Amino acid sequence: MLGLNNKDTKLLIAVAVLTLLAPFILNPFPADSAMAQFNAGYPDLMQRFVIFGIFAIGFNILFGLTGYLSFGHAAFLGIGSYAAVWIFKLFTYNVVPAIALAVIMAGLFSVVIGYVSLRRSGIYFSILTLAFAQMSFALAYSVLSNPKFNLTNGETGLQVYSGDLQMFHRDSLPDLPHLFGLSMRSTYNLDLGAWSFSFNAGYYLCAIVLMLVFYLSIRIFRSPFGLMLRAIKSNQTRMSYTGLNPRPHTLAAFVISGMYAGLAGGLMAAMDPLAGAERMQWTASGEVVLMTILGGTGTLIGPVLGAGFIKYFENIFSKINDSILHEWFAFLPDGLENFMVFIVHPFIGKGWHLTLGILFMLVVIFLPGGLVEGGQRIGKWIKNRGKAKDSGATTEPAE
Amino acid sequence: MGILEVKDVGKRFGGLQALGDVNLSVKENTVHAIIGPNGAGKSTLLNCLVGKLIPDTGSVMFDGQSVLGRSPHEINQMGISRVFQTPEIFGDLSVMENMMIPCFAKRDGSFRMRAIENTMREKDVVEKAEAMLVDMNMADKRHMNAASMSRGDKRRLEIGMCLAQEPRLLLLDEPTAGMARADTNNTIDLLKQISDERDITIAIIEHDMHVVFSLAQRITVLAQGTPLVEDNPENIKGHPKVREAYLGETAA
Ligand SMILES: Nc1ncnc2c1ncn2[C@@H]1O[C@H](COP(=O)(O)OP(=O)(O)O)[C@@H](O)[C@H]1O
Ligand SMILES: [Mg+2]
Repeated sequence: MLGLNNKDTKLLIAVAVLTLLAPFILNPFPADSAMAQFNAGYPDLMQRFVIFGIFAIGFNILFGLTGYLSFGHAAFLGIGSYAAVWIFKLFTYNVVPAIALAVIMAGLFSVVIGYVSLRRSGIYFSILTLAFAQMSFALAYSVLSNPKFNLTNGETGLQVYSGDLQMFHRDSLPDLPHLFGLSMRSTYNLDLGAWSFSFNAGYYLCAIVLMLVFYLSIRIFRSPFGLMLRAIKSNQTRMSYTGLNPRPHTLAAFVISGMYAGLAGGLMAAMDPLAGAERMQWTASGEVVLMTILGGTGTLIGPVLGAGFIKYFENIFSKINDSILHEWFAFLPDGLENFMVFIVHPFIGKGWHLTLGILFMLVVIFLPGGLVEGGQRIGKWIKNRGKAKDSGATTEPAE
Repeated sequence: MGILEVKDVGKRFGGLQALGDVNLSVKENTVHAIIGPNGAGKSTLLNCLVGKLIPDTGSVMFDGQSVLGRSPHEINQMGISRVFQTPEIFGDLSVMENMMIPCFAKRDGSFRMRAIENTMREKDVVEKAEAMLVDMNMADKRHMNAASMSRGDKRRLEIGMCLAQEPRLLLLDEPTAGMARADTNNTIDLLKQISDERDITIAIIEHDMHVVFSLAQRITVLAQGTPLVEDNPENIKGHPKVREAYLGETAA
């Protein structure tokens, strides 16, 4: 279907079903129950899952296929956000031109940054991208924000003010980002007994974009271009002596992944019309590296899983505070209860990065292929167990 | 006028004159061997032909065009393919994928953006790669990871990948170095077959005299960066200077 083989079609359908049904899947616990804190079906969290998924899918096209590790991709995400907010300020709250310009601007910047950085490979390439990203951050944070020429609005972040031009804005349209009149904030709440589910317009826009760009990434992985990118990762010497020029291949991959990042940045601004420099900081660039490795570098679905995993646990762990911990450990004797809270305390709230670090180390050490490898191992284990029980008496259904 | 004309090529590494005034002419559709003791400058000469090194002096003409100053992929696209001393293949990819890459390079040139097309539906490339694998006697290994093959098979694959590009000149740098006798003989047979069946010129650097005398129609002896003699195998065998060069090597 759609020019994909069976396995890829199944994967695409699985992603489509999961993203479209996410409001149900992510809200398995009744709204009033104690478990409700593990629900993730809120519009803004679901939007983040999908937006970072897009960011990581694009990053994986560069890092997963060519092996070039960029530490500066958050710069393109930030550029996308700024571009989108400028469209909101000057022209219209319609998200289509905003997202389009976000992708184009990120593409232009990645041509320049990629052209320079790709003159080196390995660690030098990574350092060059990092340097560029920190320069972009500095530009956005202070240099391009002065009374005479204020492009980024510095520390405060770029946002839309009532005095802004908004040339094509009409009163009949929502005073927030919208898709031809459909506000990105509009949400339909469905209450089923004790359960509550939210269907948010912004989330569904992001979800549809995710499906499109995920499909595109499958096509790239299976294309001659994708094969060349994997060849670059495997052996650049053989590549050159086979008459292939590695440079334009890596640059194209860099620009594509930069445009994915810009798209993510544009969507971020479309969900919440502001753009801040912190989005471009090196920690943000590092986060997408973690997502990709955690999920499974070079696999199709891995980056999406990694992004979801990190954003989910970030949300859960950073929300837990000491009083919640006391509730959890209330069944213990007082002294032990306080002791347990004391032990767990550093890993929650602001200390969530500590938890992330440990999770990341565990995955890298025990599952070098990331969550995808974990899934495959579990799949194999279940299959083998089934076989051992049946001992070949019944035939297993194929696939 | 040969297909490859090397004129007065010199190359210096710091204080070491690795090549000094090398002149060499390789005739079309022959097998030309370059022999010489270790450190004679054979690999350096070959690197000057494929764009890995730029000689300090002299000129290198391939089919009437200079190769100097061009990058390796451009020289390859002119029709020169190279087999390395240790096989250079795409270890992470399958054998079939390894074979498809040179087929794409031949068809599409050094860069063509084909990011939406499905690789396995590029019928012409798939068929050509499959036929090449059959020729190389490794069709049964097509799904194997290239890195997991034996050294002899890697060498075969590398030669096959070069041939898939239909080069006019095939350069080999000690293709049998470190190989067992059986693998060496297989490689000799393969190269013989290639030069008999195809419109191709082969220039081979070799240490193993058995290989050289079974294959070459023309031999250049290189010692200390300069050609001693160039002649046919019969004359080379008995040449006093050659014996001296090789005796010198064993005495050292
Ligand atoms: N990149 C290099 N830098 C410095 N010296 C080199 C380099 N490559 C080769 N040499 C030297 O040049 C001489 C010729 O080497 P080479 O061409 O590899 O010889 P051969 O292949 O005939 O054994 C040797 O003395 C070697 O040490
Ligand atoms: Mg050598």
